[in-house]
Amino acid sequence: MSRASADSSAISAVGLRKDYGDRTVLRGIDVSVPWGETAVLFGPNGAGKTTLLRILAGLSRADAGEVHIAGLQMRRSGGRARTLVGFVGHQTLLYSDLTCRENLAFYARLYGLDRPAGRIGDVLDQMNLADRADRRVRTLSHGMQKRLSVARAILHEPTVLLLDEPESGLDTDSVASLGRLLDDWSASGNSALLTTHSAEIGQAWADQILTLDRGRLAEKANPPRRDAAALAAPCPDPARG
Amino acid sequence: MRLLSATLAIAWKDVRLEIRSRDTVVSALIFGLIVVVVFNFGLNRTPGSLAPVAPGLLWVAYGFVGVLAMNRAFAREQEQGALDGLLAAPVSRDAVFLGKMLGTLAFMLVIEVVLLPVFAVMLDLPTLSVTLGLIILLATVGFATVGTFFAAIAAQTRSREILLPVLFFPVIVPVIIAAVEATALVLQGGPMSPVWTRWLPLLVVFDALFLVICPWIFGYVFEG
Repeated sequence: MSRASADSSAISAVGLRKDYGDRTVLRGIDVSVPWGETAVLFGPNGAGKTTLLRILAGLSRADAGEVHIAGLQMRRSGGRARTLVGFVGHQTLLYSDLTCRENLAFYARLYGLDRPAGRIGDVLDQMNLADRADRRVRTLSHGMQKRLSVARAILHEPTVLLLDEPESGLDTDSVASLGRLLDDWSASGNSALLTTHSAEIGQAWADQILTLDRGRLAEKANPPRRDAAALAAPCPDPARG
Repeated sequence: MRLLSATLAIAWKDVRLEIRSRDTVVSALIFGLIVVVVFNFGLNRTPGSLAPVAPGLLWVAYGFVGVLAMNRAFAREQEQGALDGLLAAPVSRDAVFLGKMLGTLAFMLVIEVVLLPVFAVMLDLPTLSVTLGLIILLATVGFATVGTFFAAIAAQTRSREILLPVLFFPVIVPVIIAAVEATALVLQGGPMSPVWTRWLPLLVVFDALFLVICPWIFGYVFEG
């Protein structure tokens, strides 16, 4: 579905509720991320950030509430909605005994890419992994694996990116590079929602800041528009990831 | 078409991973060989004494070896959260299930084909036949279908190695009974009509039933 024909929001969630047994993790969350914006989700451990991202990615089912990606209802049109989403989780979602190229070729087949070889080369270049393309994933450093995980997420050219603490394990150059990728991403009219514990990253990358606390949306703010210098600046402390 | 393409992609990925690491097939083969040798020495062996129990031994060994292969199939998906990668992709849950099932089926068949001649020598089995091959194929499809489903469920828990056989063996009992009875008739040169009219149809019905039920429940359990 094209953006023009879609809902005005890239990501829209209304009244999301999620229980694990007798523990309520999300208590009626409303989120809306317009096209061309990056939203950053803050919150202490256990606030429900990862659960919210997993529900938006179609990996978990909300007990109540609705999710729309580009106007497509996740519950009814999950397959089509998932083609529009790129997801980066805590883990890499990669196979350690396959090479970088083989991992991406596998996902390209799952996403039905027509001529994947060129696109795989492009994303490997974009994430500075071209020279490691034929190395097995298990031989890469944690930071490289994380970059490959981002390459996997953007391989099928989604319009919505969901990233769970993407800066975790990355060195300062890689974080700056990820910031530039997100800047280009939103400049192209695409949207992203990411979680982080780094206030600097939140301030530098966000068009919209959301704060979760014990399953409720405690605060929503629209900080001043970021600038390129702030994006390029190396800022995070990887140990905090 | 997308279902077939995604199913084959997932199955081929598992085969490629196994070719790289060889950990499932090699460990299951070693385990299978140990089982054969232990049975061989553990039973009071006299000429002809193993014939009545040989079919049971064969299928008990195949069952245990199958559980090893099944456990490993989803352990691989858990290592870096790769199952989430499959479930986040725009492919049906049926394709994910069938792809994993095909991969497990391929591993089990390879292991069984390698172990069969060893069994034949150690347990004094007569010449192998096409009918026996068909019994093994149909029973293994049932094993792989039910086993893949329970392996996916068990992989979500901390005690997956224990949970899988506890869930798997009670459900697979009809397949084991049919396979043992049919194998006994084939190996002992008994009348073949019960094989074709009773045991093979039972295996076909079981396979067809669980090839419908398992992907359906898998889709419900893992629906996002």
